Amino acid sequence: MLANRKLILAHFWFAFALFGVALTLGAWQMFIRSPIGTWLSNPELYYRSLTAHGTVMGYVFPTLVAMGFGYAISESALEQRLVGVRWAWTGFWLIVVGSVMAVIPIALGRASVLYTFYPPLIGNVFYYLGVVLVVVGSWIWVALMSINLRVWRRAHPGAPVPLAMFANVAGSYLWAWTAVGAALELLLQIIPVAAGLKNTIDAGLARIFFSWTLHAIVYFWLMPTYIAYYTIVPRAIGGRVYSDTMARISFILFLVVAMPIGMHHTFADPQVGAGFKFIHSAFTALVALPTLLTVFTICASVEIAARLRGGRGLFGWIRALPWDNPMMLALAFSFVMLGFGGAGGLINMSYQLDASIHNTQWITGHFHLIFGGAIVIIYFAIAYDLWPHLTGRELIDMRLIRTQLWLWFIGMIVTTFPWHWVGILGMPRRMAYFDFGDPAIAPQALSVILSVIGGFILLTSGILFLVILARGMRAPQADAGAYRFALAVHQPTIVPVALNTHALWVALMIVLTITNYGYPILNLATSAGTSVPAVYVGAQ
Amino acid sequence: MSTRDLFTFRNRHFTIGVGITAAILIVTAVAGFVVLPFAQPWARFTSIWDAICSAAGVPQRTTSVAAQAQDKRLSEVVLTSRTLSRPSQEAIGRGATLAQRCAICHGPTGISRADSPNLAGQYAAVIYKELHDFRSGARSNAVMSPFAVNLTDDEIADLSNYYAYLPRPPAYHPTPLLPKPNIVIYGAPLRGIAPCGACHGSLDNKTGSPWLEGQSEAYMKAQLQAFASDERRNDISQQMRNIARALTPQEIEAAAAYYASQPPDVVKAVD
Ligand code: HEM
Ligand SMILES: [Cu+2]
Repeated sequence: MLANRKLILAHFWFAFALFGVALTLGAWQMFIRSPIGTWLSNPELYYRSLTAHGTVMGYVFPTLVAMGFGYAISESALEQRLVGVRWAWTGFWLIVVGSVMAVIPIALGRASVLYTFYPPLIGNVFYYLGVVLVVVGSWIWVALMSINLRVWRRAHPGAPVPLAMFANVAGSYLWAWTAVGAALELLLQIIPVAAGLKNTIDAGLARIFFSWTLHAIVYFWLMPTYIAYYTIVPRAIGGRVYSDTMARISFILFLVVAMPIGMHHTFADPQVGAGFKFIHSAFTALVALPTLLTVFTICASVEIAARLRGGRGLFGWIRALPWDNPMMLALAFSFVMLGFGGAGGLINMSYQLDASIHNTQWITGHFHLIFGGAIVIIYFAIAYDLWPHLTGRELIDMRLIRTQLWLWFIGMIVTTFPWHWVGILGMPRRMAYFDFGDPAIAPQALSVILSVIGGFILLTSGILFLVILARGMRAPQADAGAYRFALAVHQPTIVPVALNTHALWVALMIVLTITNYGYPILNLATSAGTSVPAVYVGAQ
Repeated sequence: MSTRDLFTFRNRHFTIGVGITAAILIVTAVAGFVVLPFAQPWARFTSIWDAICSAAGVPQRTTSVAAQAQDKRLSEVVLTSRTLSRPSQEAIGRGATLAQRCAICHGPTGISRADSPNLAGQYAAVIYKELHDFRSGARSNAVMSPFAVNLTDDEIADLSNYYAYLPRPPAYHPTPLLPKPNIVIYGAPLRGIAPCGACHGSLDNKTGSPWLEGQSEAYMKAQLQAFASDERRNDISQQMRNIARALTPQEIEAAAAYYASQPPDVVKAVD
């Protein structure tokens, strides 16, 4: 029932093409700052690459995946043609134009400010305008998801919203609100300076705005993955969702507690009061809850599949699972990486422990494991699962798909474990080169070389992924049937209003943002003397 | 299914959702703003309100500690994008007249034969800042200071524009071109030393940093040593002193020799 296949394919292809480029840059970064690369005589090249890699991987790639997947969900879960197709294409093209507009100044060395913007560092204004266009394009998607759900509700008064769509819309609302922080930073603070209207900037306030976006954006990245856990995996392996209600509660909890916790990124910042740091830290602890619920529910759902296939015993059922099914493999890899990454996250969120790994390679190791690993491997699985429905052709080579997933998993472990380790030893992040000849860090050379090897395994896997998708465009035609989502053990027939709508939770999200961010923002915005002169990239 | 059924305390989900959220918020707020501040051993709060303000990050001025008196003058120069923009022909002409008294050391065309810096084609912002610093006493030199003390703001601006306008010294190689030493292009990452080239050209240029190509080797060495010993201290936020202190004598030699051997015409023009 996917009517707008071209639209969805366009999103996926543009996302994956950019992903391929950024992945190559990532592997190059790994190599060039390692003991086996030679020192770059121009570190600016490193930061150029890093800005491109971070901007693509953090903003463009996951946003496009969430959008393409969101359109697919809207059409198939609601069994309703997408309303507002023209607008959807407009959003897509805004993102294309925005990406190109942002990448050109980066490539010219005019915007090597890293994807976190880092004011008072100021780059070329077109870089920021490009990012704004990407965000605006994605807001169109948010509106469309909301509208499509509303149209469906009108046709089905009182009926339970299909889980996939309920979660998809929750994710889109989360994104709409969390992007506001960076949008305020860009529009009120950075762009006026980049355009030459002002030449000082309040860097501390800018960091607060950015933290508003930076935490919840990771849950936006994670949404497609969690939606796939609940609504694709059980169907793909022949099981059922253990609890539809539990799933709804998880997504609701993300909506409420993902937002008011971003200041755990500013633990080391002097401009934030300790009381607010404490509140944000405490709420951060709560955000583990929906993930724990999810892991529990999905394990139970998987067990159901195993027992339906004749699995027995306390743990014996694990052997009965369809391990040759790419979705099963991807899920298992994703959970292992989520487990290790989550354990690392406990360290980041606690005020005292964070001090020892703040701004070290530990952080980059951590988010690559969670984001590049646990989340992105499911993006691959989503693409594999949807591809036959989008192209009308079969993906034939299951072995190649499994190889690709194995390589991504192994590559990610080999890359990130040593990466964490050197971080604990104190190696700072975002450096173009390290003097491994110095006895102080010579012993870390081995770990860094291991990471480089892992990086090249990842690059191989990424190329394989693109090859598989490209070959899928030319495979023999086959009708894949309607695209379906997993059924629950007890399919919901009536769902309480609160679990079938988003209004209450969106309201709580906004209220908590105001309580947890309102005063710090007001305080800095109204204090005199908090601005510093801007430092323009490439200016003399 | 209207919002009227949702936002009411008769709806169990509403009551529970809002109740739990509010409870968590209140408990964490009390802990973060009242309990924990008082639990700090160093804390001396006069009231609960005092503790709350402190935890909220309200800026506070402690009057009991007097600001430390600065015994030596520091640079007070402020450069904005408008300070030296678009010099007129007259301004440059006035600068040329004033510059006649500088010629004895810095050369009639801004090219020195006396181990004083070459000024021809130096960035205007650099000359502007140094003259201000000599005038205020932030930088001092037995020969140079007396020339600077009587200059007016306009005279300093004119001189800066004049020297920036002069053509750079032609490529002239008293010594063979030396290869870039590590300290210039890489710095020393483990000792926290940024590459010289990150500010002084070769890699990038930062406002207020002079280009150094073709300057006197003896002069550059002397300046680095003066920064290292804290004798010269007009660098803003100790940017140069922090680096010079960490340099080894060999690195000072290498950097000075390298820059002295470079032709100034490689320096990028300022637009
Ligand atoms: C071959 C695989 C990859 C390698 C080798 C790699 C490598 C790197 C390196 C070396 C950095 C810079 C770390 C630093 O200097 O502090 C980095 C940053 C980053 N990477 Fe990757 N990466 C890879 C894949 C990914 C993937 C799959 C994602 C997410 C989808 C990702 C997202 C990011 C982000 C968001 C940054 C932050 C940029 C910044 O700090 O400014 N990377 N990556
Ligand atoms: Cu975070």
